[in-house]
Parts: sequence; structure tokens; C-alpha cells
Amino acid sequence: MTTGYNFAYLNEQTKRMIRRALLKAVAIPGYQVPFASREMPMPYGWGTGGVQVTASILTPEDTLKVIDQGADDTTNAVSIRKFFKRTAEVATTEETAKASIIQTRHRIPEAPLREDQILVFQVPIPEPLRFLEPRETETRKMHALEEYGIMHVKLYEDIARHGHIATSYAYPAKVNGRYVFDPSPIPKFDNPKLDSCAALQLFGAGREKRIYAVPPYTQVKSLDFEDHPFTIQKWDEPCALCGARGTYLDEIILDDRGKRMFVCSDTDHCRKARSGEEAA
Amino acid sequence: MTRPLLAADNITRLYDGRVACERVSFELWPGEVLAVVGESGSGKTTLLKCLSMQVAPTAGRVLYSLRDGRTVALADLSEAERRFLMRTDWGFVHQDPREGLRMGVSAGANVGERLMAVGERHYGRIRGTALDWLARVEIAEDRIDDSPRHYSGGMRQRLQIARNLVTAPRLVFMDEPTGGLDVSVQARLLDLLRGLVRTLGLSVIIVTHDLAVARLLSTRILVMQQGKVIETGLTDQVLEDPQAPYTQLLVSSVLQV
Ligand SMILES: Nc1ncnc2c1ncn2[C@@H]1O[C@H](COP(=O)(O)OP(=O)(O)OP(=O)(O)O)[C@@H](O)[C@H]1O
Ligand SMILES: [Mg+2]
Ligand SMILES: [Zn+2]
Repeated sequence: MTTGYNFAYLNEQTKRMIRRALLKAVAIPGYQVPFASREMPMPYGWGTGGVQVTASILTPEDTLKVIDQGADDTTNAVSIRKFFKRTAEVATTEETAKASIIQTRHRIPEAPLREDQILVFQVPIPEPLRFLEPRETETRKMHALEEYGIMHVKLYEDIARHGHIATSYAYPAKVNGRYVFDPSPIPKFDNPKLDSCAALQLFGAGREKRIYAVPPYTQVKSLDFEDHPFTIQKWDEPCALCGARGTYLDEIILDDRGKRMFVCSDTDHCRKARSGEEAA
Repeated sequence: MTRPLLAADNITRLYDGRVACERVSFELWPGEVLAVVGESGSGKTTLLKCLSMQVAPTAGRVLYSLRDGRTVALADLSEAERRFLMRTDWGFVHQDPREGLRMGVSAGANVGERLMAVGERHYGRIRGTALDWLARVEIAEDRIDDSPRHYSGGMRQRLQIARNLVTAPRLVFMDEPTGGLDVSVQARLLDLLRGLVRTLGLSVIIVTHDLAVARLLSTRILVMQQGKVIETGLTDQVLEDPQAPYTQLLVSSVLQV
């Protein structure tokens, strides 16, 4: 190694500590495991929790993909990819199908994931109960006793104010019939992909020092009301670039007269669809 | 065969070795309204908090008759059972409604919260029940989506009452529920409370230093002085014919007003 760092930057002791937290997280799906988050050579808002998780599970044989809002070429994604290229010398890719580890912020890839893949989420605020109950001792008790009524208070407020459940990001869900969790700021469009996913899903919150997990093939149920069932975002038009329907679309402003178009947020998926390849 | 809903058995609470309430025993029967009166610092709030498990008694125990007929010492319940009891079978009306309400969410959500806490998952039914309860505490239908921040003091107190009663609790604890309100607002709240207590057959333990409140609402009264119960009996009797000199003083000072 030319950099003078340990493989993937973190020392082995730290990685072991994080792996122990990960094992516990996998054993108790959706439960937030505290861990001793380390300083990383990047600011907190840049996904240090996800970076520490990735660093702890990475092997030299892995192929890493990093996305931010579905794209591989944003500053955040590029710098994290560079970081691991430099500190672990692992192969990287922009293709979902070729990656063994995918670190992500704000999206789950459109292509179905496989058993031999791991998805690592960067999480800013892991505690879904926080907005109504700021006291940490109290939220811990509420999780322990499965007192999740106030999650529905939030959804009630949505409907009372907007006529429907307006929460569209970080939409709370119950994992394995037990813990309510925050799936990180992914659009609710991606919540169904969390459910019974073949890949292991790991969540790291650096500033808040929490790790949680959804093991493969685990039930993830988005919260809702009987008369206001959970629904995902829908668009009237297909992707303007690849023509796909049923993908998550970003709105792009084309000129200052307000001309807009909608395109896939998952750039790899869109590129594949355009070149006629099988995206999945 | 009926039995007491709640029985206090020699409740004592010390703070830093100083007595806040001492060896208090009584029984509360279903449907009874018990007023705890006494001057400031006499230990009323401390007693209420011990009874409702908000603070642990230093000595003594509280027995409670659960809905399923079992009588348990409250201290023996698990935390989960205790918290469940608190949000289903009990209500708490605080003097300051901000302590008993969620000020960050609408009035409707405040009333609906307990329903959701016990598993109600139908928005329409929750809203219907909330509207019904707002009407019962005389809050206009079109205020359901307002934040209690925009409510007057009297409205907040009525909202707090609705929020508590929505799960049909059997026992309601109240600490100076009319304390912070104007006299005319107090009178309206008292009338409302009296009506609700009668129609719902609630059991209530109400702390007040206002004998007029005790007279209007309660069937039985417990007079406290320096942490001890110095006189107890039917409210009308105690107020007509007080035995303890301290009670006589309390009653006469009220009559002068
Ligand atoms: N948390 C506490 N820590 C220390 N002392 C306390 C505490 N709470 C109450 N006390 C003391 O216990 C005694 C009884 O107080 P308590 O609040 O029960 O009286 P009260 O009858 O409710 O009075 P008030 O009518 O003013 O509300 C007082 O001497 C009070 O200073
Ligand atoms: Mg008091
Ligand atoms: Zn596309």
C-alpha cells in the first residue's frame, strides 16, 4: 500500500468493533445499535457512517459502486469512490449488476439486487421517533416497549393537513414485524424494494453513532392507515431519455423559460435501457 | 361484590430526608370523586404523583384493581404494563395544559393519539372520534386542525380533558385543573367536568386548594397539613361541620370570601 493507511483507512481494531455492531444489527433487524463512530477524513454530512460500514466489510476482491441520488458522478459519490480506490485499491464500477458492495445516499438502484450484493446506506438521522420525542431515553424505551403510536400521529397530521400522507422521503417502516425504522432519506418509491430484498442492507449514521440492518429476505412494511394505504410516487410520463415507465424520475429544468423534462434518477439503469442492454 | 378501585396503604414520600407526605391511607371506590385539599406545600401533588406512579413512594404501596378483576400492587407491575395502564385506564389532567398536550401537533392528533397508541389504524374513525370528543368538551368542529398553541387557556384545558377521556379511562388524576384560569372560565370548566364525571361514571382524584372546587365536584374529601391527612369524610359533612381546627380555619376563610 502506497498511502501509508491500513486497508480501507480504518485500523483493524475499529473494523472489528464495527463488525460486531453489524452482527448485532443483523441479528435484531431494524434495531439501532450504538457504535463508537470514528473521525473520517471528510465532513459528517458526507456519509461518514456509510463509509465506516463499507470500510469494515470491504475485501480486496470487492467491486464497489457509490451513488448519490441515483447518480455515480456527483461530487459526494466521486469522492467516496476515490477514497476507497486510494485506501483499499478495490475495483469500482458504475454498473449495479457488477458491484458486490453499493454505498448509497438517497436511492436504491432500480435493478433488483442479488444475494451476493450488499447495500450500504448513508444515514443522517436514524431515529424515526425523534420528531415528536426529542428525549433519547424516552425513544429507547418506546422502541423497547413497541410504543409506536406517535408514528401514526405524524401520518395523521399529514392527512389532516394535506388530505393524504404527504411524507415522501424517509418514510417510516416496520422491520420484521418489530422495530419501526427510518430507511434514510430514500424516496418512499424505494420502500417496497427494502421488503424481502435478496441483498443484505446495512445502515450507518456517523454523527449519531448508530448502525442498523435489514437482513436478506426480511419483511419491511411501510406504516399507513387502513383507509389511507401506503402508495408510491407515480409519474404521468415515461423517462424522457430511455422511455422507461415505473422508475423514479428526477425533474430537470432545461432552460430559463421553464422547459422541463423527467429522466431516470438511476443513471446506470437509464444508460443500460438506452443501449438496449438488460438492465437487471 | 365491589372492591376499591385504588387503595393507598401508608404512602410516605421523603425529599432529601424531609417529609413531603406521610403515612397516607385511603380507599377510592368506583365512581367516587375524591378531593385532596390543603394549603400550599402540604403534600397534595406529592401524594398524587405517588398514587399515579410518577414518583416512587419512599414507603407504602398502592393497590389497584385492574379491568380483568385482579388487584395488584402498582410497584409490582412491569414498566410495559404500567405504561399501558397509564395511557388506557388512567388519565392525567395537569394544571398547565402544556404539560399534558403535544403542543406541536393539531388538536385532532392530540385527541387521537391514545387511540393510535392502542392500535387504531383507521384515519376516518380516529377523526370521527376526535370530532365527537371535541364537541363533548365544547370545542368547535372547525378548530380540529388547529394547533393548541392557538387555543385559549380554557380551550387547552378542555382539549387536555378530551385527550385523556378518549380511551374511556376508569380513573382520572387531576392536579389543580382550574388553577391557571380566570374565574368565569373556571366556572365553565367545572360545570363541564361535573357533567363528564357523572355521565361517564369516572373515578377521580382531584388535588385543589380551592374548597369551592372540592364542594362542586367531590363526594369525599381528604384534608392535608404538613404532609399528613388530618381529616377525611364526605365532602358535605366535612365542609358543614369540620372537626380539625385546621379544617375549621380553611372552611371559615373560604366562607369569608
Ligand atoms: N421534587 C422535589 N424535590 C424536593 N422537595 C420537593 C419536591 N417536590 C415537592 N417537594 C417538597 O415537598 C413538600 C410538599 O410539596 P407538594 O408539591 O406536594 O405540595 P402541594 O400541596 O402540592 O403544594 P401546592 O399547593 O403549592 O402545589 C414541599 O415542602 C415541597 O417543597
Ligand atoms: Mg401542588
Ligand atoms: Zn431513463
